[in-house]
Amino acid sequence: MSVQANSVPLSWYLLLSAILFALGVAGFIWRRNIITVFMSIELMLNAVNLSFVAFSYQLRQADGHIFSLFVMVVAAAEAAVGLAIILTVFKNRQTLEIDEVESMKY
Amino acid sequence: MDLIIFLICSVIAVACGINLVLQKHPISAALSLVGVMGSLAVLYLLLGGAFIAAAQIIVYAGAVMVLFIFVIMLLNAGAEPAGRKRSYARLFGPPLLAIFVLLIAYAIQARLPRSEGVQFGRFTGGSPEGIGIKVFTDYLLPFEVVSVLILIAILGAIVLAHKEIR
Repeated sequence: MSVQANSVPLSWYLLLSAILFALGVAGFIWRRNIITVFMSIELMLNAVNLSFVAFSYQLRQADGHIFSLFVMVVAAAEAAVGLAIILTVFKNRQTLEIDEVESMKY
Repeated sequence: MDLIIFLICSVIAVACGINLVLQKHPISAALSLVGVMGSLAVLYLLLGGAFIAAAQIIVYAGAVMVLFIFVIMLLNAGAEPAGRKRSYARLFGPPLLAIFVLLIAYAIQARLPRSEGVQFGRFTGGSPEGIGIKVFTDYLLPFEVVSVLILIAILGAIVLAHKEIR
């Protein structure tokens, strides 16, 4: 890989995207507060956005930016509805731990 | 110069990501996520995505994260109680995983053909003009569908938060 002072290898962007995605998955699996789980989902979506924009640079087309824009819009819509659901769950159960919302377990 | 900016922003992004996973209180995790989004916006600028960088700051860091922080403060979410016992997996897992990831990344990169690096200013298609041309010609249908999606999300959020006035 050629590293000069004013150019960054593209694979470094993809490695950063992979690391952020793995951190998002780790937070999603490990954390117990439902809002932190949601924020790990947003971190995963951001990592994928970085990957899209990096490949868009390599192909010299703006299509990756369009994909990234749509991912952003869908993430915003999902955050709105998901937080409304969290508010409703909290109103009914007074808890934010995902281990305590288990009334559908047999 | 690009390399220095990339290294600084990527270190900030990874550090904020690790902080998001490790913090006990959700508000600290939310602020770490804002840090991740800010550093990612600078990385988008380096990759020539001026519109996406601005949209990231305005939409993600400015609207979605503010919504998260509103909900955290509205629900008065406290710190998570500590409850896991110590195990060897927690002690040895993350460093070994980091070494594993770096080894695989190096092995993959050694096999790939050499591509030119990323330089700021070499790709100018990510300006608002370039994005606008693409959105309104090639991706017009997804654009309209996504606006319907946002409308449905707004309706869903209103229905969920609606309080019956008896």
